[in-house]
Amino acid sequence: MERKFVLIDIGSTFTKVTAVDLAAAEIVARASAPTTPTDVSVGLRMGLEALVLPEEQIAVSRKLACSSAAGGLRMVAIGLVEDLTVKAAKQAALGAGARVLRTYSFQLTEEDRHEIIELQPDIILLAGGTDGGNTVNILHNAKVLASLPEPVPIVIAGNRSVSAEVKGLFPQSFSTYVAPNVMPQIGKLVVEPAREVIRQVFMEKIVYAKGLNKAARYIEGIFMPTPAAVLRAGRLLSEGTRTTAGWGDLMVVDVGGATTDVHSFGSGEPSKAGVVLRGLPEPHAKRTVEGDLGVRVSILSLLEAVGTAVVAEELGWTEEEVLAWAERLSAQPELLPGNEREEELDAALARQAVRFGVGRHVGRLSELFTPSGLIWVQDGKDLSEVKTVIGTGGVVVNSRRPEQILSGAAGTENAPFELRPKEPQYLVDRLYIMAPMGLLAEEYPEEAFALLTNVLESKSL
Amino acid sequence: METKTLVLGVIGSDVHAVGNKILEIAFREAGFNVVNLGVLVSQKEFVEAALETNADAIMVSSLYGHAEIDVRGLRDLLIEAGIGDILMYIGGYLVVGSQEWSEVEEKFKKLGFDRVYPPSTLPQDVIPTLRADLGL
Repeated sequence: MERKFVLIDIGSTFTKVTAVDLAAAEIVARASAPTTPTDVSVGLRMGLEALVLPEEQIAVSRKLACSSAAGGLRMVAIGLVEDLTVKAAKQAALGAGARVLRTYSFQLTEEDRHEIIELQPDIILLAGGTDGGNTVNILHNAKVLASLPEPVPIVIAGNRSVSAEVKGLFPQSFSTYVAPNVMPQIGKLVVEPAREVIRQVFMEKIVYAKGLNKAARYIEGIFMPTPAAVLRAGRLLSEGTRTTAGWGDLMVVDVGGATTDVHSFGSGEPSKAGVVLRGLPEPHAKRTVEGDLGVRVSILSLLEAVGTAVVAEELGWTEEEVLAWAERLSAQPELLPGNEREEELDAALARQAVRFGVGRHVGRLSELFTPSGLIWVQDGKDLSEVKTVIGTGGVVVNSRRPEQILSGAAGTENAPFELRPKEPQYLVDRLYIMAPMGLLAEEYPEEAFALLTNVLESKSL
Repeated sequence: METKTLVLGVIGSDVHAVGNKILEIAFREAGFNVVNLGVLVSQKEFVEAALETNADAIMVSSLYGHAEIDVRGLRDLLIEAGIGDILMYIGGYLVVGSQEWSEVEEKFKKLGFDRVYPPSTLPQDVIPTLRADLGL
């Protein structure tokens, strides 16, 4: 009996429910209802009622949820040096599915403290110093954070020599958690344990703080932020399970109204011989979030990044027409394209969001002239050999041109130094199955992998 | 005994990796905590690594003759970052051609290095001095 599941994604606008039967390895029903922000259990109940399934069957199914409602998991990440522990802390927070509101380097100032109060983060990740390294900075920052008027859960993942001392600086009212250092040595990134601690804090604390626990009587629990579930699913597909080989390196792109999320799974090592890798190693499962690239709320900043003229030329519109439509969308994010022309613009903008989002995610090659001749230097991940790009999220899934949107991920001749996928295949998460399968993957990786493969590779949907 | 931390690397566009490995092993065997940044290391990377690791000394190598250009301003960056008094050594083929060693040494001391070593210096020639400079 327990092999029947109802998987729930409480999104910022829609609550999506998916019923699966693991014994038959199939999706038996899907439904969605508008998310009800004041009490998410209302939308959840509507979603469950909309499932075309006998009530008893729903009653006996295990119900697991992820959520990006109530602003998602909002975090602040703090480290010492921008390119070292700050970057590592940011990666850990992003990998835990958080929205990183801001990062801070070096010693927090009085202004920074005020800004953090204004930002009202759900969790603060406090890093700084390699193990045995700098201690002054993290101790100073802990003192500043300990004086915040309202307690915030603090995840400490810095120099382990002072972790206990840092924890001790916070008053009883603060919940503090110690995780292994996100950068124990220069050049060594350890983000997984901190990600896991953040997820625990989300499950134990944040869900209550946001009132999401009102849904608790219907479900077993809200186990992770939705982006963490998507990351989990992508990783499962890439790595496979104990008995089934995975797909290898792949990317997942999620274009939204406010942000564009890019995930990559792969080592990102140079694909060409003789290339020297420079800079910090990047996580095998890497997530980046572009807050200025979205096709509704962030449409004006997207146009600014892309250039209105570029979009206008691509579509054969005037710049004024593009801008006018963009301003309308930005003011009324719920607006959907009304005709073929507006649909084209929507797809063109989403493609640009993918193009820029992936461009910022992937690594770069540069030429370096040395006395011993020309050498190639790589910064970041080489994703040129990635064969699969999966599109998810409403903007891609609901479009009639998903492949066109996703084609923004691929490399172009204009930018040969960007290490983008050269000739990937594009798959679309038409059934919104990534997040639910990420939830299922915790306990049933084999079944989740089989379901993901079936749905994503099916051409008939 | 307290373990001292050294930040080690080959500066600039220099890709000589073998000597760098030998130094890493030698310093480690001598009981130091070695943070090896490898080759092609920028000034910024030396400074940032020293900050995060709370390093006690920076050991710069250069084997292609362009050291003077590559290290200019490094001491200032360290001062700017608040660790201006950190011990700093340099060694290798620092200049092109046959210049008088005393002049080369003088030049690099002016650039902010505490010790300057000519080509073919062995690690065991440096380690006792380094220990003394670090008060070990």
